[in-house]
Amino acid sequence: MPTESTDESPGAGLDPHGESPFPGARRPDRHYDLPGHGVRLAVYEWGDAAAPPLMMMHGGFDFARTFDVFAPLLADAGWRVVCWDQRGHGNSEHAALYSWDGDMRDTLAVFDHVAGGRPIPVVGHSKGGALMAQLADAQPFRFRCLANMDGIPYKRNIPDVAEHERTTMLAKDLAGWLDSRRRTATASRKPGTLDELAKRRGRMNPRLPHEWLRRLVTTGGFESDDGWRWKIDPALRFGGFGPWRPEWTLMRLPGLPMPFLGILGAQLEEMGWGTPPHKVAPYMPLDGHCEVLDDVGHFVHIEQPERVAKLVLDFIGDPS
Amino acid sequence: MTTVMLRHNKIDLALHLLRDTPLDPANPSRPLLLLHGLGDTSPAAVPHWAAAWPGTIAALDFTGHGASTVPSGGGYSAETLMADADHALAHLTDNDASRSITVLGRGLGAYIALQIAGARASQVHGAILTDGPGLAGGPTGPSSQSFFALDTDGTGPDPYALVELGRDLRPPDYAMSFVGLAMSGSPAESPITVASSFRPKWLAGVADAHGVIESSLDDALASYS
Repeated sequence: MPTESTDESPGAGLDPHGESPFPGARRPDRHYDLPGHGVRLAVYEWGDAAAPPLMMMHGGFDFARTFDVFAPLLADAGWRVVCWDQRGHGNSEHAALYSWDGDMRDTLAVFDHVAGGRPIPVVGHSKGGALMAQLADAQPFRFRCLANMDGIPYKRNIPDVAEHERTTMLAKDLAGWLDSRRRTATASRKPGTLDELAKRRGRMNPRLPHEWLRRLVTTGGFESDDGWRWKIDPALRFGGFGPWRPEWTLMRLPGLPMPFLGILGAQLEEMGWGTPPHKVAPYMPLDGHCEVLDDVGHFVHIEQPERVAKLVLDFIGDPS
Repeated sequence: MTTVMLRHNKIDLALHLLRDTPLDPANPSRPLLLLHGLGDTSPAAVPHWAAAWPGTIAALDFTGHGASTVPSGGGYSAETLMADADHALAHLTDNDASRSITVLGRGLGAYIALQIAGARASQVHGAILTDGPGLAGGPTGPSSQSFFALDTDGTGPDPYALVELGRDLRPPDYAMSFVGLAMSGSPAESPITVASSFRPKWLAGVADAHGVIESSLDDALASYS
């Protein structure tokens, strides 16, 4: 019996590259692999290869192609915008181990490849912003300036939870994480149609349009016989636990010696750090300031790319 | 000695059965799991100080150590090693959540023994924490940090393991959260025993906690056997 044709048909609504179109979105001008320090990293560049470089780092559970709209706006202003997929994300290698230190070392590989020892402008979103803030503290000579897009972690208080309930929550988190580790050797991401994956992601990103989420599926996922799956390593798990405290990143901010711009979305979301903007102001470095976008969520550069690009371009100055 | 390879994500973990005692339902004895220190490997035979243990004795090579896989690109954390230990726990109990083991950790292994005692409280009858390489760990709060790449050749111990696990954050209150989990979730009255001479800050807090025992290694093994 014939079935109705829907937008779930293979290739339906996709461009010649197999990607779901979105207004203003542009594929990178160059894409290549970098060996890194033991983990293969997928690197993407927008703009003239001879233009001054600008580094940009995505957040956790994202990937470089989430900059498909934002990066071209910076590239069109004269910058060579360089992004990469963090280990286990997008097209980069699925590593055996994941940690903040590992991500930091991968970052150094890209820095060395792009800029050598020269200071360059750096932009980071979410986890990418927090990582870059820590690297700016540890190796300031690499940074001409740092723009942090909703990537300033802050301690989350849960005042209404009693201590014994916190213990129960931690016990469940730990058991759940260990149970998942027992399955990682054979785990795979759950398949679905293109729209199903977009809707799933939409539960985490309720402020982003469905057409954008469809594009994410076609740039951050792959299609196989039983449907689409995200490329991200199934060993990676959202959330987590450990000895690191979010507020420790905040404590590093006042000492940053390079110009610093924080761009915070005032609408708190699940994938964000939940940082109240008024808590950040006292921690601004001597050469820093913070812009709070009242009507914007965690993905400031996706919700309002032109507005955020102008803020960043005004901050970093001309590419000459 | 026989060695079993356990798959943990992309890592093959070497679990050495130093003494394999068949399970006797009439006289059950819990397996003893030995966890080595930072940069060390499992012993090749039952150590003299564990010879009196009545049942199975196993020793795990952590990721990047001994006969276990040395991964590429580092990225170590104590929590990943806790999951290593959890794979050994699953093997030694035949994935039977009603069965339990005793864990004895030296140095870094002591910290991991504490973690698994909290995270799998109902299955770790006792955790013995004693001296060994990597006992102190890294800072207890934010610190100046350096990031760099190392030359590696795929042999253990992995230089990245030595660096990353040697400076692994050890805030005392984080360690204490595992004590709380063990105390509230274990059927044993005293699931944690500190048998070390050296007490870094995190371990001093553990030793002072209500319900934690301080004793010699011999006494600790005897009490959990």
